[in-house]
Amino acid sequence: MDLIRIKDVKKTYKTGTTAIYDLDLTIKKGEFVFIIGSTGCGKSTLIKMLYREEKPSSGQILVGGLDVGKIKNRKVYKLRRKIGVVFQNYQLLPNETAYENVAFALEVLGLPKDEVHSKVMKVLDLVGLKNKAKQYPRHLSGGEQQRVAIARAIVNGPKILICDEPTGNLDPETSMEIMDVLEAINELGTTIIMVTHDINIVKKMKKRVVKLDSGRIVKDYKEGEYKDESI
Amino acid sequence: MKAFRILGRNIRDSFKSVFRNFSLSLASISCITITLMVVAVSIVLSFNVTNFTKIVERDVTIVAFLDVDITEEEREKVYDQIIVLDNIEPSNVEFIDKMDISEEMMESSDVFNSIMSEWTREESPIQDTYQIKVTDINLINKTAEEIKDIKNVDIVKYGEGMVEQLVSVFDVIRKVTFGIVIALIIVTAFLIANTIKITIMSRKREIEIMRLVGASNINIKIPFIFEGLILGMFGSIIPIVVTLYGYTALYDHFGGQLFTNFIKLVEPTPFIYLTSLGLLLIGMIVGMFGSSRAVKKYLKI
Repeated sequence: MDLIRIKDVKKTYKTGTTAIYDLDLTIKKGEFVFIIGSTGCGKSTLIKMLYREEKPSSGQILVGGLDVGKIKNRKVYKLRRKIGVVFQNYQLLPNETAYENVAFALEVLGLPKDEVHSKVMKVLDLVGLKNKAKQYPRHLSGGEQQRVAIARAIVNGPKILICDEPTGNLDPETSMEIMDVLEAINELGTTIIMVTHDINIVKKMKKRVVKLDSGRIVKDYKEGEYKDESI
Repeated sequence: MKAFRILGRNIRDSFKSVFRNFSLSLASISCITITLMVVAVSIVLSFNVTNFTKIVERDVTIVAFLDVDITEEEREKVYDQIIVLDNIEPSNVEFIDKMDISEEMMESSDVFNSIMSEWTREESPIQDTYQIKVTDINLINKTAEEIKDIKNVDIVKYGEGMVEQLVSVFDVIRKVTFGIVIALIIVTAFLIANTIKITIMSRKREIEIMRLVGASNINIKIPFIFEGLILGMFGSIIPIVVTLYGYTALYDHFGGQLFTNFIKLVEPTPFIYLTSLGLLLIGMIVGMFGSSRAVKKYLKI
């Protein structure tokens, strides 16, 4: 079943720059897809359109049956509840503990306290941070902070997890730890789309790889097909 | 239940935010306090002026002195002409017989008694009078003129000049304070908008995350509106206390009247409670109005 279907999508910014040209892409439920390409090739624009941070100029993007381009601004939250997003710089609230950062995602949705507690503890356990729940982000390492961010992104059970260079600030060893966490989440059924520059990760993971160049897909490698190529 | 939990969370966030940007919040609160103090003074002033005007309206009487040698028939005619005037209700026109006036005067003093007891109705230089209360005090001058023009009316007296002047001076004071209050309210609303703008900037990351995790727009906006409301509420505390205790003290100090027993003050209860409620509501509305302006302008989601 196609979870994401992108048809003939073009994105031109108000400045006149076109970031994406006539792009077609389908992603099935449960897939793990890397999106690679050099800086400025349109990777970030592509994923921003998936969670409706940007709107396509033309074409259609369907995410879980929702036509992303047609969602009104005030209804965007409905899409966001189906998607978790993780960034390179973690985006954590500095004055809240790891627990509170993750719980925040559920509290704003109005879940009861005990349900918030059980879900947060479960997800912190999944990312291996159960014993650091009361720590503030400044007391956590980069890898741990990213795991908190991942926990927050998946705590309300999204169908899709979008990761924008989640290992960009991490050393190779920590990066692989993060990848293990992501793989575990993927195995539980969450579709993962990850933008990365790290060729070693892509090689090791042996997942589907979509390569972009100048706003177009130049290659779509099936699982295990990707060989050593420079980005 | 869910809505209540979200609301509870929003209110908690708003309180947190007020204390997080405390210096800025304090500036807004002080501005609201000053505005509401002026509002309180103007409410007190305006209600007292209204009260005073009412008393004047109730008490001020036009006295129409009739010709000394007036016949009963002529007197009736004068009455008929008075009651058809615009500003007069027939029930507010009272005839006072000159003999009754003489008697009253004689009772009040022995000197009067010795002189006046000799007089017969025909001899008496005292005049019969009509005592007339007007409906609209602002038109008293015109009404008095009209009565004066009636045949067999000799002189008309009503404390001319003084009453209208007092009323019009108080009216000017009331209008000027009203203008100042409106201006201050606008300035305060802008200051609150600015406070909320800075709060929005300082919570940019939190707002971004809220959007990412799927908080609805209204959920993101409500804490800021509440914050304005809380600033307004805090700002109204001092003016309310001043009204409650200050006005009661003022009332007691002057014994319920200002300068003369002619100018009576409004009784403190329930006046001070209603005024306090008014101040609280104005504070809250101004706070909410200021913050919703900022949210509309700066919170683009």
